[in-house]
Amino acid sequence: MASILTNLFDGVAYGMLLFVLACGLAVTLGLMNFVNLAHGAFAMAGGYICAVLVNNSGWPFFAALPLAFVGSAVIGIALERALYRHLYSRSHLDQVLFSIGLVFMSVAAVDYIMGSSRVFIKLPAALEGQIDLFGVGIGRYRLMIVVICGLLTLALQLILAKTRFGSRLRAAVDDPRAAIGLGINVPQVFAFTFAFGCGLAGLGGALSAEILGLDPYFPLKFMIYFLIVVTVGGSSSITGPFLASLLLGIADVAGKYYVPKMGPFVIYTVMIVILLWRPNGLFGRTAAR
Amino acid sequence: MSALSDVSTHAMATARWRISEVAFWVLALACAFLFPSRYLIMTDIVRLGLFALSLDLILGYAGIVSLGHAAFFGAGAYSAGLLALHGIINEPVIALVAAGLVAAVLGFLTSFLVIRGVDLTRLMVTLGIALLLEALAERFSDITGGTDGLQGIEMQPILGLFAFDMFGKTGFFYSLIVLFILFLLARRVVHSPFGLSLRAIRNNPLRAAAIGVPVNRRLIAVYTLAAFYAGIAGALFTQTTALASLDVFSFERSADLMLVLVIGGTGYLYGGLIGAVVFKMLQELFQSLTPQYWLFWIGLVLVVIVMVGRARIHRWVLFVPNLIIRQVAGRKAAVAVPEGDAS
Repeated sequence: MASILTNLFDGVAYGMLLFVLACGLAVTLGLMNFVNLAHGAFAMAGGYICAVLVNNSGWPFFAALPLAFVGSAVIGIALERALYRHLYSRSHLDQVLFSIGLVFMSVAAVDYIMGSSRVFIKLPAALEGQIDLFGVGIGRYRLMIVVICGLLTLALQLILAKTRFGSRLRAAVDDPRAAIGLGINVPQVFAFTFAFGCGLAGLGGALSAEILGLDPYFPLKFMIYFLIVVTVGGSSSITGPFLASLLLGIADVAGKYYVPKMGPFVIYTVMIVILLWRPNGLFGRTAAR
Repeated sequence: MSALSDVSTHAMATARWRISEVAFWVLALACAFLFPSRYLIMTDIVRLGLFALSLDLILGYAGIVSLGHAAFFGAGAYSAGLLALHGIINEPVIALVAAGLVAAVLGFLTSFLVIRGVDLTRLMVTLGIALLLEALAERFSDITGGTDGLQGIEMQPILGLFAFDMFGKTGFFYSLIVLFILFLLARRVVHSPFGLSLRAIRNNPLRAAAIGVPVNRRLIAVYTLAAFYAGIAGALFTQTTALASLDVFSFERSADLMLVLVIGGTGYLYGGLIGAVVFKMLQELFQSLTPQYWLFWIGLVLVVIVMVGRARIHRWVLFVPNLIIRQVAGRKAAVAVPEGDAS
């Protein structure tokens, strides 16, 4: 019983991590209908920024996390202004090719600068080990992830629902043309959202180094996971991707624990079945227009 | 009636063999005798060209974007490997066709998944199928050899006459002949009314359906055909290299394939073949420059191609040949920008 709960908790932590990693992708896809396979590269950038700051410069872990966010966001906005914005009106094939190219470049560049072996971030002692909660062993690090990601999710939901920017964003997602007609600066909204999504991915990358492993092939290895979150969850709200991430996280942890021989088989099958049943995602109205 | 005859005259005219096409194949054959020490890499190019031809059938003619075309390559590779390893079909040509058929069956079954949904769903489903097969191949390691791959494959002579030699001469001619035959078939198919209807679907599925083209059935048919081609390419890979490992299913293989096709241009069949030559040369060049980090340059090529625009690059490349043709033959340039890039 206790082990089931521990696994469930690990699954939730994993899922929330996936959500932070992937929600930026969900928004960019829903907003501009842009297929960005290079989202994982921004996560990797955040992870490496955090690793360099903590391991080489001796920053405390919690001070490095915001820097990972800012660093990835800056890279994101630079690329958005320089390259991405020219491709919004292109075909999906062009977008796919472009973002695959970016992934390849980021993989080789990181390999060149940082080496190909897995990088570990030195964690503060307070985050190591487990605490015992009503007889259920809970990893401290995972508890921290659940807390941080939970707070982030709440904050995102509040921003979307309560702020002026949130309502602009929602309007732009629902119908960009009508939004432009109402005087909303959609490209600006998009650039800001893109940067924010990249920042979140960077934060997620920094947090996930301990759990998912951080090496130059990160963007390729986890590309499919981000895409699953987005396609299954739909991209018209953030509740959809959130639930999809939790499902994916729990299913993946449970699958690896109880049927280790099946490997990633379960996840792919579930994804294909869901996409057949609801081509626009479980919770989405329109995954892609 | 006259409109119908117009269409058929036009189709016949475009289907006619051009001098440039004949020259292309003569050149391909000439390479075999010009570079006798380079059989292995040339076989590689031929194989890649066939694989890209297969993707061109669905991407260039039917407009299906696939991120998991390696699934069929892998299915063909493993089928050919298993057939040879267990001595089920010893004759390579029959085994080749059998492996292609296995891939075609797989293509037929998965085509129902692929034709549903929009581009993004298709990307996901094709990618998912390839990953699924890779996971399966790893899981059933007692059949597939797991991460070690199939080992100890021994190929029998082709048609009982031509044994595979260590320099790859037989392998090269074998691959080239297979490519040529399949190319002729593909050429026939895309210039047939069936091929025309595919183009109509690519340009506008809704309109195609409105004029009575059975969209889904056509897509299933061409997807199955493309899977067959990819399976043959995979089987050639196993037969000429005598190995099959998990990386036949890898995402990089599918992604590289897209690059090959994009370099050459989609929708006129030669794109895959030309792209394969250019891609392999680029790869060799990058690998000699920076052995470990050539992936970076491949990525850069992709980004640059997309940023500059595929159609524009092809216009630049074709500028010189067109100029020569205009000057020498004194007529309108025969080498046109492939129409698939217009979209």
